[in-house]
Amino acid sequence: MASAREMRLRIKSVKNISQVTRALETVSASKVRKAINAVTATRSYATKAWQVLRHVAEQPGRESLHPLLAQRKSVNNTLVVVITGDRGLAGAYNSNVIRFASQRFDLNPAPVKYIAVGRKGRDLLIRRGKKVIADFSNLPAAPSFADVSAVGRLAVEEFKTGTVDEVYLLYTDFVNMGRQIATVKKLLPLELEGEGLVEDFGNKSTGPAAAYEYEPDMRVILDEIIPRFTALQVYQAVLESQASEHAARMIAMRNATDNAKELVGALQLAYNKVRQQGITNDILDIVGGAEALSAK
Amino acid sequence: MTIRCEIVSQDRTVFTGDVDIVVLPGAAGEMGVLPKHAPVLTTLKFGVIKVRKGGREEIFTVAGGVAEVQPDIVTVLADAAENVEEIDVARANAARVRAEEALAKGVPADTDVYLAMEAALRKSNLRLDAARRYRKNSRSPYSEQ
Repeated sequence: MASAREMRLRIKSVKNISQVTRALETVSASKVRKAINAVTATRSYATKAWQVLRHVAEQPGRESLHPLLAQRKSVNNTLVVVITGDRGLAGAYNSNVIRFASQRFDLNPAPVKYIAVGRKGRDLLIRRGKKVIADFSNLPAAPSFADVSAVGRLAVEEFKTGTVDEVYLLYTDFVNMGRQIATVKKLLPLELEGEGLVEDFGNKSTGPAAAYEYEPDMRVILDEIIPRFTALQVYQAVLESQASEHAARMIAMRNATDNAKELVGALQLAYNKVRQQGITNDILDIVGGAEALSAK
Repeated sequence: MTIRCEIVSQDRTVFTGDVDIVVLPGAAGEMGVLPKHAPVLTTLKFGVIKVRKGGREEIFTVAGGVAEVQPDIVTVLADAAENVEEIDVARANAARVRAEEALAKGVPADTDVYLAMEAALRKSNLRLDAARRYRKNSRSPYSEQ
């Protein structure tokens, strides 16, 4: 059995750890709230942009509307944007995303390239021997749209030049504090029919779409909207992922704190026993000594 | 008779309300939109959006974007939009100085950095001009200097 002194040190260090984990838990809790607010703030633009795109889509002759809307006949290359965190200590958050990526894309018929957003994801992808063509790590804690827009721009660029024929977005959807789900979304070509990307954007229409006048022309306008809308989706996914990351970290840290408390309890008990044993031994020694003296 | 006006930028809703007229900096020039306007989809230039309701007028700077006009609603999808009253002149000034210095130092043209700095310069100039011209409070934004 360890000595009393060693045990005292051990108890102290476990207590210190639990203090750190509790602090991390508190920090994450406030970050989750901020990230959720940021997601909510982007919703109105996304909703409006989506409505405008739908209206345009309902116009006659939309087959050749825009290259970013066109389905390619054969898919020769696939690009996946994978969003993870830069830091660990978030439970299974990062590995869940990568595991999901494996499940979904390892058997993909076309070769897959990855864009990694987040250091952990990049490292895990490279370790698994995936082809990572770009890496956006160390995003600021509360990224602005400008911080993230480069990711969307690169995806659009790759798609436009024909290096890839479809782009997917892989991120973690924030359901609630205890539940975050790795999710995949098709980013390009943009599909205006069906649900696809709409989900909670709300389908409230602003009346029947009449024929538009375009200034200067439709092509230029779509050139403005579609890449922005794509970049915004990436931005939203980043914010959702961040909310998820912080929530996952919060839960992981809470568990760590609880475990540390349990451990301290167990160690304290063992320590008390050792200490008591020592005292008992000392008393026995003294009593034995005294008796030996008086017996003379 | 009013028309609904919604101005949103990527990270927030800047303005919503029922108004009498909206003046937009359209690609083909200034464009006043009254209720029952024909549907138009237009890109926006750098400039100001004026929104009038009764005798009150509100001014917003907009750094490009797209506007969708329907008979009963104008939706502005702005790249960046701001109420003139909210413009932080000191910050805009600092941003302009920063951009000017960077450009003066000679960033190679046609790079992303150059374009970003140029856009930043145009944006801060726009904000400063708008603040000077349209601010309601009498004090000139430059009076502190």
